[in-house]
Amino acid sequence: MTDPSAAYEVVIGLEVHAQLRTRSKMFCGCPTAFGAPPNSQTCPVCQGMPGSLPVINRRAVEFGVRTALAFHCRVNASCRFARKHYYYPDMPKNYQISQYEEPLAEDGWLELQADGQPRRIAIQRLHLEEDVGRLIHEGTLETAHASLVDFNRSGVPLMETVSQPDVRSPEEAAAYLRAFRAVLLYLGVCDGNMEEGSLRCDANISLRRWGAPDLGTKVEIKNLNSFKNVQRALEFEALRQREALDRGERIVQETRLWDADRGRTRTMRGKEQAHDYRYFPEPDLVPLELSRASVEAVRADLPELPAARRQRFVREYGLPTYDADLLTQTRALADYYEAAVREVPHPKLVSNWMMSELLRAIPADDERALAASPISPRHLAGLLRLVADGTITGKIAKDVFEKMFRSGEDALTIVGREGLTQIADTAALGAVVDQVLRANPKAVEDWRRGKKAAAGALVGQVMKATQGKANPSVVNSLLEAKLSQL
Amino acid sequence: MITQLTVHALVEQFRRGAATPSAAARAYLDRIAAVDPSVRAYITVTPERALAAAAAADARWRAGRPLSPIDGVPIAVKDLLCTKGVRTTCGSRILEHFVPPYDATVIERLEAAGTVLLGKTNMDEFAMGSSTEHSAFFATRNPWDLARVPGGSSGGSGAAVAADLAAAALGSDTGGSIRQPAAFTGTVGLKPTYGRVSRYGLVAFASSLDQIGPFAKDVIDAALVLRVIAGRDPLDSTSADVPAPDFVAELGRPIEGLRLGVPQEYFVEGMDPEVEASVREAIEVLKRLGGRAEPISLPTTDYALAAYYLIAPAEASSNLARYDGVKYGSRAAGARDVIDMSSKTRAQGFGPEVKRRIMLGTYALSAGYYEAYYGKAQKVRTLVRRDFDAAFARVDVIVAPTTPNLPFKHGEKEDPLAMYLNDVLTIPVNLAGLPGVSVRCGFSLAGLPIGLQFIGRPFDEATLLRAAHAYEQATGWQTRRPPLP
Amino acid sequence: MGGRIETREVEQVARLARLELSAEEKERMREQLDRILGYIDKLRRLDTEGVPPTSHAVPMVNVMREDEPRPCLPPQEMLANAPDRSGDFFRVPRIIED
Ligand SMILES: [Mg+2]
Ligand SMILES: [Zn+2]
Repeated sequence: MTDPSAAYEVVIGLEVHAQLRTRSKMFCGCPTAFGAPPNSQTCPVCQGMPGSLPVINRRAVEFGVRTALAFHCRVNASCRFARKHYYYPDMPKNYQISQYEEPLAEDGWLELQADGQPRRIAIQRLHLEEDVGRLIHEGTLETAHASLVDFNRSGVPLMETVSQPDVRSPEEAAAYLRAFRAVLLYLGVCDGNMEEGSLRCDANISLRRWGAPDLGTKVEIKNLNSFKNVQRALEFEALRQREALDRGERIVQETRLWDADRGRTRTMRGKEQAHDYRYFPEPDLVPLELSRASVEAVRADLPELPAARRQRFVREYGLPTYDADLLTQTRALADYYEAAVREVPHPKLVSNWMMSELLRAIPADDERALAASPISPRHLAGLLRLVADGTITGKIAKDVFEKMFRSGEDALTIVGREGLTQIADTAALGAVVDQVLRANPKAVEDWRRGKKAAAGALVGQVMKATQGKANPSVVNSLLEAKLSQL
Repeated sequence: MITQLTVHALVEQFRRGAATPSAAARAYLDRIAAVDPSVRAYITVTPERALAAAAAADARWRAGRPLSPIDGVPIAVKDLLCTKGVRTTCGSRILEHFVPPYDATVIERLEAAGTVLLGKTNMDEFAMGSSTEHSAFFATRNPWDLARVPGGSSGGSGAAVAADLAAAALGSDTGGSIRQPAAFTGTVGLKPTYGRVSRYGLVAFASSLDQIGPFAKDVIDAALVLRVIAGRDPLDSTSADVPAPDFVAELGRPIEGLRLGVPQEYFVEGMDPEVEASVREAIEVLKRLGGRAEPISLPTTDYALAAYYLIAPAEASSNLARYDGVKYGSRAAGARDVIDMSSKTRAQGFGPEVKRRIMLGTYALSAGYYEAYYGKAQKVRTLVRRDFDAAFARVDVIVAPTTPNLPFKHGEKEDPLAMYLNDVLTIPVNLAGLPGVSVRCGFSLAGLPIGLQFIGRPFDEATLLRAAHAYEQATGWQTRRPPLP
Repeated sequence: MGGRIETREVEQVARLARLELSAEEKERMREQLDRILGYIDKLRRLDTEGVPPTSHAVPMVNVMREDEPRPCLPPQEMLANAPDRSGDFFRVPRIIED
C-alpha cells in the first residue's frame, strides 16, 4: 500500500506549523487560550488596526531557539522578520509577519524510526510567524453566501519547520510527524493538540522513476490535521500520481486539499495562479542578533530528547526497541514509566502493562489525559508488585486494573476487600481439580484419545471454579499429574 | 490677541494668572469658527473635549501644579494620529467614519502633559502629497495667500499654526511632510530623528520613514512640544532608548564656532531665485553669529528622490493592504464575493494619488522587479546615509533650503512627477533617519514665506534647534503675521 | 521614454493590489507609472555593487517584550467600526478561493 509501484520512488517534504505555548500572542499582549468567545481576545495590534505596531514576544523566540537546537539546526547569528502579502479576510493586515531571508534557524535534522532503523530527515529551515484568524462559513466554503471572521487566533505565535524532501513513504511521513510532535512535547514549546490546530501539516509529494536524478513535479497538499490523515492523504496522492504517470499524463503543479470525509484530495479552485507574496523586511520590527552565549545557554538547558531517551530505555531497562519507542512518545509517558519502574523493579513487566492496559485506556500521545489518569505510576507499581510476588494472578490483576481505573483505589485495597489473593496451595487446588475431572468426563475422554488441547478447557474450568484466583502453573502441573494417573 | 501668543508666552500668562487655559481654548475655538471656513485647516474640531480638558488645566494652574511646561496649551493634531473616540480619517474616504478605540502614544503623552486637543487637521490622503490638495474632503489654503497651497501632507497643521488656529500642532514627516508645509506656511516644523518619537497610533504611510513632529510659532515652542512627545515607547519597537534632553535649556547656548555645512547639491537647477537669495542671506547671518560655514557635498542627493519613490510606495502598498472593507472603514455595496468587495471598496475608498502609489509600490515589490527596484533603492539608501556620515565628520549642522520653490497655486501641479520634485531637498533626511527643522528665513516680494532647513546628526535635535533658535532670534522674521482677520 | 510597463502588467499589479480600475484609469495609470519609472531609471546609473541595503534608518537590534498577557479590548469596541457583523463576528461576502 505504501509503495505504489516498484517503478516509482515517492518523494515527500513536510511543512509543519506548530503553535507555541506562550501566554501572550506573537506581537501583542492578548492571551492565546483556545475556545474563547469570538473576538474577545483581540486588540488593535492583532486586529491590524491602523496605527498599531508589533513587538516581538521574547519567549516565542526562546521557544524557537530551543526547538531549533533540538533539531540540530544552526541558529542564525542574525535573523529578521518580513512581510508576506496575500489577501484573505481572516488575515487582518493582508500581510503576515513571517520570516523569509534570514530565518531563525536552518540546516538540521530529525531522527525517526523506520522499520526499527533510525532515519534522519533533514530540516531545511525553522522560522517564526503569526497565525491568522478563523473563518466560519455559513454552510460550506462552496455554498456559503457569507462567512464570519473571528480574530482571536490572529497573531498567535507559530513556528514553521520545513523538511527537505527526504521522506520516502506516507508511513514515514506519519512517523516524521509523530517524532516531530514528540520533540515539541519534550521541549514544552507546543501542546501538540492536533484537534485544536496546535500542530498543522502541509505536505508536498512527487514521484520519480527509480534512479532518476531530478525530482518530479510536486503537488502540495493542505489540511492534514492528524497523523492518520497525513498518511491517508499521501497514500491517495501517491496512487493518483502513479496512475496518472502510468497513463502517460503529466502531473500538474498545484495545491490540493485533503477531504478526509471522502478520502481523497482535490484541486483548490483557482490556485493555478502562482502567488506573488512580495516579501520585504518588516520595517516595524528590528532584526534579532542572538549572541552565541544566549544560544548556548538555551542548549545547556535542553531536556533529554525522545531519541536519547529511547536509547537509554533500551540500554538501561533492557527493553525491546519497540517498547522503548512507544514509551518515549511523550515526555509525560516516559516519566510515568520511569516513576513506575522506580517503585517496582521489573522494567519489562511495567512496559507490558503500560502498553497493553494503560494505553488501551489512555491514548499514548495525550499528555493531558495521562496527567489525569486515575492510576498513577505508584498505583500501577503497587498492582504489579502483587503480580510479581505471586499474590494475585495476571488474570485477576487485569480485573483489579479495571477497578482501579474506575475507582481510583489502590490494588491492595481492592485485593484485600474482594479476597482475590491467588491460590497456589496444592491440597486446596487438588480438590478443585478432582472435582473438575469428575464433572467433565467428556473432556477427560478426549484427552485420553490424544486431544491434548482438551487440557486447556479443563484449566479454564478450574480457573472458573476459583474465580481466576488459581495459580495457573500449579493448576497445570496438578492436571497433568492427575490425568496421567487416570 | 491670546491666539497670537507663542506657547511659552501663553504658559507664562497661565503662570501669572493673566489668562486661563479655558480662556485660551475658547479664544481658539472662536477663531476657528471665524477664520477656518476660509483656511480650512481642520477636518474635525473637538470643542467639548477641548473645553473639558481646559477646565481641568485651569484647576491645576490655579493650584500651582501644572502637569508640564505646556499644561493647558491648545494643540491640533494631524488626522492620521489615532484618537480614542474621535474619528481619524487620514484624509481618506475609506476611513471617513473610522473612530479608533485607542489613542496614539503621542496623544497619550500630550494629554498626560495637560494639553488641550482642539481637533484633527487636514492632510493629503494617507500623507501622500505635498499640497494638501489630495485630501478626500477639501483642500487647505495657505494663510499667506488663500489661492496657494499650504504644502503637505501636513498642510492642515501648518496652516492651523500659521493662522493662529492652534498654539502648536503635530504633523508627520515621511519625505518632508512637516518641513515643506512649515516652509510654505512660515512656521517652525521639526522632523525628529527616526525613533525619537513613538509611531504607535500613527497611521502608517511608509513605516521606515514616518516620524511625528511639531509645528510651532517659534523654535522654543517646537522644543517644548518635542520634549513632551519624545522618548522610548515599549509599543513601538523602532522607538529608540535615547534620553530626551531638556531641549529648551540647550537653546540658550551660543553657536559660536558651530561648523555649518552648506551642501552644494541642495541649490538645485531651476530653484526659485528668491528662495536661493533668502537662504544665502540666512547663511551670512549665521556666520555673523559665529557659525563657520563651509561647502560640503552630498553626491547621492540626485538619486535620493528616485529611491524614495520606490521605498515609500512599496511600504505604503503593504501598509494600506489592510483597508479591505472587512474590519473597519467603508465597504462598497453590491459585491459578488469577497474579492470583488475589497477591490471595489479600495477603488471607491482611495483617491488617485493613493492608488498610484499603491500600484507603483506593488510593482516595485513584485516578483522579478524586487532587486531592480526595491532592492536597488535600499542600497541607494545606504549611500545617502554614507554621504551624511561623511559630512557630519566635518560639520555639526547642515544648512540648506527646505524647498526649491515658493508655495504654488491650487491646481498648479497636476503632474504627479512635478509634485514629487518638490520634496527633493527634504527626502534625503528621511532616508537617513536624521532630524531636520524648517524655520522662516524671509519672504518673497509677493509676501510668501521662505523656509531654511537645518539638518542634524541622529538624536542631536539639541544642536539643530540651537542653531535654528539663534538664527530666529537674530532676525525676528517670526513676528510677521499672515493677512488674515 | 515609454514602454516600460504594459497594460497587461498594470492589470496584473492591480489584481495583486486588489484595486478595481476602469479601462480609462488603467491607461492613465500605465502612462503615469511609465513616466515615474522613467524618472526612477536614473538609479541604474548609480553603481551599488557591494553596497548593503538599508531597511532601517536607525540601526537597532533585539527589541522584544516579555511574554506577559495584557488586557484585550472588549469585542464591542473591536467591532464598533465593522462594516458588517453577525453577533460578535465580522461578516464578509462569500469567499471564492483565489
Ligand atoms: Mg507559514
Ligand atoms: Zn492583540
